[in-house]
Amino acid sequence: MIAPLRVLRCLALVAVAVTLMAACGSADGPGGRAAVPIGGESGSELAERQVLRRGNGAEPQSLDPHKSEGVPESNLQRDLYEGLTSSGADGEIVPGVAESWEISEDGLLYTFRLRDNARWSNGDPVTAADFEYSLRRSVDPATLSNYGIILHPILNAADVIAGALPPEELGVRAVDTLTLEITLGAPTPYFLGVLAHSAAFPVHRATVETYGDRWARPGRLVSNGAFQLEDWVVQSHIHLLRNPHYWDADTVRLDEVWYYPIENQSTELQRYRANELDMTYDLPFRQLRWIRDNLPDELVISDYLGVYYYGLNVTREPFQDNPALRQALYLAINRERLTSQVTGAGEIPAYGYVPAVRGYVQQTPEWATWTQAEREAEARQLYAEAGYSVEEPLRLQILYNTHENHRTIAVAISSMWNEVLGIQTELVNEEWKVYLETRRSKQTTQVFRAGWIGDYNDAFSFAELMHSTSAMNDSGWDHAPYDALLARAAAERDPAQRADYLQAAERELLREMPLIPVYFYVTKRVVKPWVGGYRPHIQDYIYSRDLYILKH
Amino acid sequence: MLRYTLSRLLGAIPTLLILIALAFFMIRVAPGGPFDTERALPPEIEANLRAAYHLDEPLYQQFARYLGGLMRGDFGPSFQYKDFTVTELIGTGFPVSLRLGGSAILLALLIGVTVGTIAALRQNTRTDYTVMAVSMTGISIPNFVMAPLLILLFAVTLGWLPAGGWGGGAWNHMLLPVIALALPQVAYISRLTRGSMIEVLRSNFVRTARAQGLPERTVILRYALKPALLPVMSYLGPATAAVITGSVVIEQIFGVPGLGRYFVQGALNRDYTLVMGVVVFYGVLIILFNLVVDLFYAWLDPKVKY
Repeated sequence: MIAPLRVLRCLALVAVAVTLMAACGSADGPGGRAAVPIGGESGSELAERQVLRRGNGAEPQSLDPHKSEGVPESNLQRDLYEGLTSSGADGEIVPGVAESWEISEDGLLYTFRLRDNARWSNGDPVTAADFEYSLRRSVDPATLSNYGIILHPILNAADVIAGALPPEELGVRAVDTLTLEITLGAPTPYFLGVLAHSAAFPVHRATVETYGDRWARPGRLVSNGAFQLEDWVVQSHIHLLRNPHYWDADTVRLDEVWYYPIENQSTELQRYRANELDMTYDLPFRQLRWIRDNLPDELVISDYLGVYYYGLNVTREPFQDNPALRQALYLAINRERLTSQVTGAGEIPAYGYVPAVRGYVQQTPEWATWTQAEREAEARQLYAEAGYSVEEPLRLQILYNTHENHRTIAVAISSMWNEVLGIQTELVNEEWKVYLETRRSKQTTQVFRAGWIGDYNDAFSFAELMHSTSAMNDSGWDHAPYDALLARAAAERDPAQRADYLQAAERELLREMPLIPVYFYVTKRVVKPWVGGYRPHIQDYIYSRDLYILKH
Repeated sequence: MLRYTLSRLLGAIPTLLILIALAFFMIRVAPGGPFDTERALPPEIEANLRAAYHLDEPLYQQFARYLGGLMRGDFGPSFQYKDFTVTELIGTGFPVSLRLGGSAILLALLIGVTVGTIAALRQNTRTDYTVMAVSMTGISIPNFVMAPLLILLFAVTLGWLPAGGWGGGAWNHMLLPVIALALPQVAYISRLTRGSMIEVLRSNFVRTARAQGLPERTVILRYALKPALLPVMSYLGPATAAVITGSVVIEQIFGVPGLGRYFVQGALNRDYTLVMGVVVFYGVLIILFNLVVDLFYAWLDPKVKY
């Protein structure tokens, strides 16, 4: 009877060996071709084959820019299409198809001058009429777009979306072939940024009209960006080729871009390590330490335009009319410890709500300058003022959508609240869609995990969430001074004055504390050393046209 | 036989209808809908979307509409993958799943039966123990553990095989997922074969065959194997369905563009039509597999007659 045991022991040894081999697997993977220095002798020599392979998260919903909303879709569409404007390396607005524009005194009329050499991938010229058609299509209810709402600054957009006015009433007009006029309903300083969003990308009218709902496919899709669609195998890959008709095609060095939908981050990392990907979409939370140790030169972590926060339902007990308690919870979170020991990718502790957007001074309460010990002392006092004590502790539920990262953070925060204040917490997790519905109903939630990524690089993209009428205000916060400040900001033409209003609004928010900021997101991925031209972007707009492959 | 087949097929219709009805109403009872996203939609846009997909109609009307579509072989549009219909998605995903699952089952059958037979012939020897211990381990290691280990060893460390992707079904892309999918089945089939083979070898007709001086090869392959395969056969119906449907995990880990992923993603996205399409499709498939297995039974076991 010894034999089976021996076999098992052998197996155990094999398993250990496999794990060890994997653990000490060299960082540069199987093809560690160290013989050629990257970029050749000069360090900038290009590889013969200019092919980039990108990991891209989930399978895209659609390649029709007016019908999708996720990040994977946007990554692809930024390569396929080009809007009137585009986003530069530092998040600044740069010309896209429009080579220049004028804004009227009152900030309501935008006149765009289009490039005369902009072409669709079939050679047709890109005209003002294309943009007129596309912007109308984006807000037309018949298109079934769910992101056309981002175009609401345009005159009559909201009414067209609601079906009250025909799309022809939208404030967009092609004056001549290369001149486009857009009229706004109210001055909107971030409007040029909205035009770089996929909802404002142009689509090729003849193609859309020929193929209807099924136009965004290989062999049919005509686009005006640096790349064109060659092939699309659902759940496998999307293959783009350089668009020879692109107006700036001479500066595009890549011949091909392959996008791979890989939702599982561990799988993605393995395919990267096996040299099947040049850059990943994301990284697995739990393997960051391993990556830091083994791929330190390939790890890229950069600021991202997003905030992770805990919303408080202020329409119900215990948070209703109880700012002291809300502040106590804010103060009792040790954000430094959380970001360094729990999340660990270099996330920035968030004492305020709005991330580092352009033209805005980030706001923080005075407590941000205190030491954590002082904050905790203050938290205890506020907690006592709110009527709770060790004998009669507060009992709370934290709701989050089912995900390991959110659970880990919820465990950490609840233990901090327990340590400092003695709060008894219960963690509740729900699957994504269930969680969204629970949050929205405001019937049972107390504390809920939330996050927000800015749609455009402006404080308003964050501020509007907490307006009393916003569909995304799941705290149920209704604060007249806050709404008034947003209204004043919306009507203000002077950028400095407008920023003042928005900053005052955020101070109001942080005093009332209907939500507790936790940290600002970062983008984290690994990029092969031979990928040239990679520059982190605050909204993670990595245009493939800026990238190239070095000799390796 | 033909009569039996026809009556079985007719009998499957109510089963299918119940399946369709259950799936149809259950997915709609689940909280959250296809258009719930983090950026909440203004009510008029949501109403517009619901109307476009007929979700504003009473449930019974939607159900009737769906059944009507099915009659015409139309599974409807996918809510999530807006450039494709559900029929197209199943049409591209199923051949991949079939190829992956089919190869895995064939491999499992080939190895499992061989190994199980050898173990039975060498009952209680070292070979037997080794084989059974290995297969026990095979059953115990779930494939979401086995698959990453295989990838680490053969793709990342050794660099012999690709770490993922399908490559249009090239053999080197198929190898690892097929092995990962087949291993637990190999284990199970070999244990089944061993057990029933031991039993058959003790039966009278085998003793008679041996007494007549037939060579052992002939005894095993011609007389013993067929009855010994009966339990394997009845296991094969559900197993094939399980391998083709249950490759969700494997498809995910290896990035294989099969059908299994739509099951999970469709449910998570509340993509009603996609979930329904996959459920109906699999329902039909499982019913067919079970029928085929029952027909095979008649061929294998002379006692069974239809």
